[in-house]
Amino acid sequence: MKASALAFQLVQSLLVLLLAPLFLGWVDQCRAWLQNRRGAGVWQPYRTLVKLFYKEVVLAHDASPLFRVTPYVLFGCMALTATLVPMVATDLPLAGAVDVIALVGILALARVFLALAAMDVGTAFGSLGARREMLVSFLAEPALLMVFFTAASLSASTSLSTIVTVLTHRGFFLYPSLAFSGVAFLMVLLAENGRIPVDNPETHLELTMIHEAMILEYTGRHLALIEWAQGLKLLAYVGLGLALFFPFGMTESGDWWALPGALLAFILKLIFMGAGLALLETLSAKQRLFRVPEFMGGAFLLAVLAILIHYLLGA
Amino acid sequence: MIPSLLPLDVVLLVLLGWGTVAILSLALPARLALTLVFPAAMAGSALLTGAGLWGLYGDAHATLILPIGLPGMPFHLRMDALASFFVTLLGAAGMGIHTYAWGYFRTLAAEDRDGFVRLCFFYLIFLASMVAVVVADDAYIFMVSWESMALSSYFLVTTDHEIVAIRRAGFLYLLMAHLGAIALLLCFGLMQQGVGGDYSFASFRQTRLEGIKASEIFLLALLGFGAKAGLLPLHAWLPEAHPAAPSPVSALMSGLMLKMALYGMLRVLFDLLSTTALWWGVMMVVLGLMTALFGVLFAAVQYDIKRLLAYSSVENMGLILSGVGLTLLFHGAGKESVAALALAATLYHALNHAFFKGLLFLGAGSVLHATTERNMAKLGGLIRAMPWVAGFSLVGILSLAGLPPFNGFVSEWLLLQAYLLRPELPQPYLNMTLPLGAAVMALVGALAAYAMVKFYGIVFLGQARGMDLTEVHDAAPKERWGLGWMAAGCILLGLFPVTVIRLMDAVTQGLLGKTVGHTAAQNGWMWLTPVAPERASYSPLILLGGVLAMILLMVVVLRSWGVHGRSRRSAPWDCGYPWQTPRMQDSADGFGQPIKQIFEAFFGLTREIPSPQDAHPHYHSEVTDPLWKWCYVPLNQGVEWLSRGIGRLQQGRISTYLLFSFATLLILLALVSGGAMK
Amino acid sequence: MTAIPLAQQFLNLFAALLLLIAFAMLSQRRVLSLIRLFAWQGAILTLSIADSAWLTHQPHLYYSAVLTFVIKVLILPWLLHRLIRRLNVVWDVETLLNIPTTMLVGIVLVVFAFNLALPIAQLSNTILRNTLGIALASVLLSFMMMITRRKAVPQVIGFLALENGLFLAATSTTYGMPMVVELGVALDVLVGFFIFGIFFFQIRETFDSLDIRHMEKLKED
Repeated sequence: MKASALAFQLVQSLLVLLLAPLFLGWVDQCRAWLQNRRGAGVWQPYRTLVKLFYKEVVLAHDASPLFRVTPYVLFGCMALTATLVPMVATDLPLAGAVDVIALVGILALARVFLALAAMDVGTAFGSLGARREMLVSFLAEPALLMVFFTAASLSASTSLSTIVTVLTHRGFFLYPSLAFSGVAFLMVLLAENGRIPVDNPETHLELTMIHEAMILEYTGRHLALIEWAQGLKLLAYVGLGLALFFPFGMTESGDWWALPGALLAFILKLIFMGAGLALLETLSAKQRLFRVPEFMGGAFLLAVLAILIHYLLGA
Repeated sequence: MIPSLLPLDVVLLVLLGWGTVAILSLALPARLALTLVFPAAMAGSALLTGAGLWGLYGDAHATLILPIGLPGMPFHLRMDALASFFVTLLGAAGMGIHTYAWGYFRTLAAEDRDGFVRLCFFYLIFLASMVAVVVADDAYIFMVSWESMALSSYFLVTTDHEIVAIRRAGFLYLLMAHLGAIALLLCFGLMQQGVGGDYSFASFRQTRLEGIKASEIFLLALLGFGAKAGLLPLHAWLPEAHPAAPSPVSALMSGLMLKMALYGMLRVLFDLLSTTALWWGVMMVVLGLMTALFGVLFAAVQYDIKRLLAYSSVENMGLILSGVGLTLLFHGAGKESVAALALAATLYHALNHAFFKGLLFLGAGSVLHATTERNMAKLGGLIRAMPWVAGFSLVGILSLAGLPPFNGFVSEWLLLQAYLLRPELPQPYLNMTLPLGAAVMALVGALAAYAMVKFYGIVFLGQARGMDLTEVHDAAPKERWGLGWMAAGCILLGLFPVTVIRLMDAVTQGLLGKTVGHTAAQNGWMWLTPVAPERASYSPLILLGGVLAMILLMVVVLRSWGVHGRSRRSAPWDCGYPWQTPRMQDSADGFGQPIKQIFEAFFGLTREIPSPQDAHPHYHSEVTDPLWKWCYVPLNQGVEWLSRGIGRLQQGRISTYLLFSFATLLILLALVSGGAMK
Repeated sequence: MTAIPLAQQFLNLFAALLLLIAFAMLSQRRVLSLIRLFAWQGAILTLSIADSAWLTHQPHLYYSAVLTFVIKVLILPWLLHRLIRRLNVVWDVETLLNIPTTMLVGIVLVVFAFNLALPIAQLSNTILRNTLGIALASVLLSFMMMITRRKAVPQVIGFLALENGLFLAATSTTYGMPMVVELGVALDVLVGFFIFGIFFFQIRETFDSLDIRHMEKLKED
């Protein structure tokens, strides 16, 4: 049992690590289709990664060790996060090490490192990006925590495995509070992954960029690690969203016979989610930066409302 | 028979030793004082740590009556689990600060002998009085040590008394300290019930106080200890006094002295008072969270490094006090096991704060020492000139920002668990608003990360803002050891939470009758499970191991695929913009600007924004504390108005004064006879 | 918890959605989107009333559901659309509105309303009592929306949304009002709307704008 659960953990880890760029490619491809472009194909992120990995790293003269360590920290944090989110199976053996609060903590750790690294070289864009990133996150992070708290109140646990197990095993049950936190979660997902209403992953225009401004100085394998980490982060967020709001079709770890079905369900859900994300991004316009605090404040308050609703309606 | 040695005896020995060395140091030459005082402080701290741990593990609670003090009022000392915990805190966190101070004060010792010797004397007296506060077992010695703690720290704050601003800050501190002390005197006076002259805590414990009187005592204790802890709106002295003091003293005050307020609250509210009311807890939670939010918002907009840290202390004390409030709330509702969890989280956070805030103040001290600059607008790029300080400070900011696997995260995690555990409270309002408390805590945590990125990014990273970095030197070896000790504390407290939680069992057992440690350790020492494994678990070691394993896996795989590790240096890219100057980086003001913008209503903000036509544009923005305007200025005016009224009594004629005395005498006599007739 | 029947769960969900829409309206700047939100609110209210009719076997609630649908989803939004087109304010955007603060106040109102409703809900023994708090909260939120708006059309929408909240409150505590009262209220809303419409044209004639700040000029000094 124990060994088989560990094997499950290993399978999921490898799966997410390899799948993350593909998901990124799928979202980009969907967006290209929606914008009447042919697109580069779903395998493009892999090609970019390979290209970057084999390139030489060019460091700024004043780059400190912190700058060089950050891509690895970022990658490690995101890989761990993506590994621990229940995607195909609940009750993974290592999932107990990190509950939802700690998960938010790891994401914050990665973010703080990235923001610091952006300020390290001392360029105008770097510190601008760091400031904006922290601006977005100081409201997004509590919003995410409140979303988790609602789910935690529903299942009387902050452990992600237990939450998902409780939510799946209750059969069909409508949770009004989850409707609120679902909206809030979506807003946080968009903001934290540098998606359209908040940030545009495709622009290098100083008026708008947030994430890109922070990683301007990164090259070669460092940049590849950051891009990969970014893909893992998006996958982890989408996986979290699926686990909290559409947990159907998951298996328990150790149950090998149910694995193919769960895998299929997961991939279908991902395809659907990726297309939805692309659609959402195509339909909405990039907000002015000053509107972003309002957007995030809205997410935070919605998440708070979700908890209130939970207390009133008991569901 | 030889009486066996007890922890309390060790503590007494340390107190005695420090007192002797303090007096001795006044007569010594500066160099000798330097090599005597700080090692003595370190040795004493080591002994205290040992004694405290001993007191926590073995339940050798001892009381002692010293036949000194006033006739008929001897000093009572007692060391129970609560006292042992704080003795451990004082010792363990003190160790690093004293080591650092040994190195830090060498320049002062060389320059100003008298000033330095004075500092040595008050340093030790300050330490000793903090320890005495903790082991005091009657109101008399408690107040004596409390006051000597305030006075000695006042003299430490005003070490650079030639500067007017520092004298003013010191005066403000003294004023607030005495305001608190008066409240405490009244508080103990109320508890004493007016029978006999017995001010020992033992007799307080036996009297049962109910109703309004208990509430009065609570409010007075809140005022008295809140003034020391920087509870809103009594925080005004904190951001003034902490920057004024020499950095090791700031570290002592912020890391250790503020915890004495926590100790006092726990002692009075859970040990001495036998009753509790639900609204006490509510009030403390609300005040604590407001303080935390206020502190972190102001921390995010400061540009003076030590003021930033001082405001962050306000924030952390707010969180700690909200934890006390939560404990009180659950205790009042009879949910002792959740109360024990909240208390353990609170104590844990106090311990963590002592370490990371001490570390950051010491790091700021090194920066100040090397650059003589507290203004963040002039600092920058120090990671290249002082890598040791930068490295240790990084641990400090990550801990303070509450990030795993460092220590700040564990205590905030536990506190959030206490919020979420939410047993059914008798009030529906409370059940509904408690999650809002968790929301505020989450917001405070995220804002703390903002403030810390600003602090570290502006001071240590980027390009130097007009300073020659080649003249800046890293910390000296002793200072490094001190910083290293504190950083190691932050890491170890973060990685071994179960061990730390078990330490607090004796405290929660003593105050609430429940423990957390046993349940927390039910899955072994690696897994922190405060309630049950399926309810919540956290394992920092596995988390750290997981991240490291992922990185290692990646590196190994990449290497095996033939990805080379070459790199070369070049000018920064910055979107191809070639004319980079350090002035184009974000300044401290610039980094805080979004917070100023969003929370404008909270700040007293004055801004000068240049017009586009200005030939010499000048931007200026100043954030002031609105509570000065709303609270302190009216109070000041009120006092002035009153004293003007009293001034009118001042006639200059002796017969008038005699008349006043006579009238007072008559009234008092009438009162006494009235009382006697009853 | 699984014992709660599905219809009841749907009722809770609808109530929560109504609150969500009330918040969305509070933070929406565009007039056009406001009207759309108002129509959605009406639609969900209709569903909610129909659901409670099915749950409590009260046939007259079906009539009020139909009535709600016709007036609040079809007629009023259509009239509003016409109105803003005629007034030429389709793309009107409100400026100067601190949304986070407004929403924060909104949250406080919700907590207040929930706790206000708690004792009443305990007295009432209908199955629908849980939604009373939400209904009360949406009334208060709509009220706040009316207070914070400067343009006349959003204020009217706030007024109409307030009426929606009242309707929900009525169904959740007493299984709906007598038919006559409901018809009367529906008529009142329509008539009120027409009067507002006439006023708008008059206001615009006088001030060349629908910004109600101009009304301050009418005050005699």
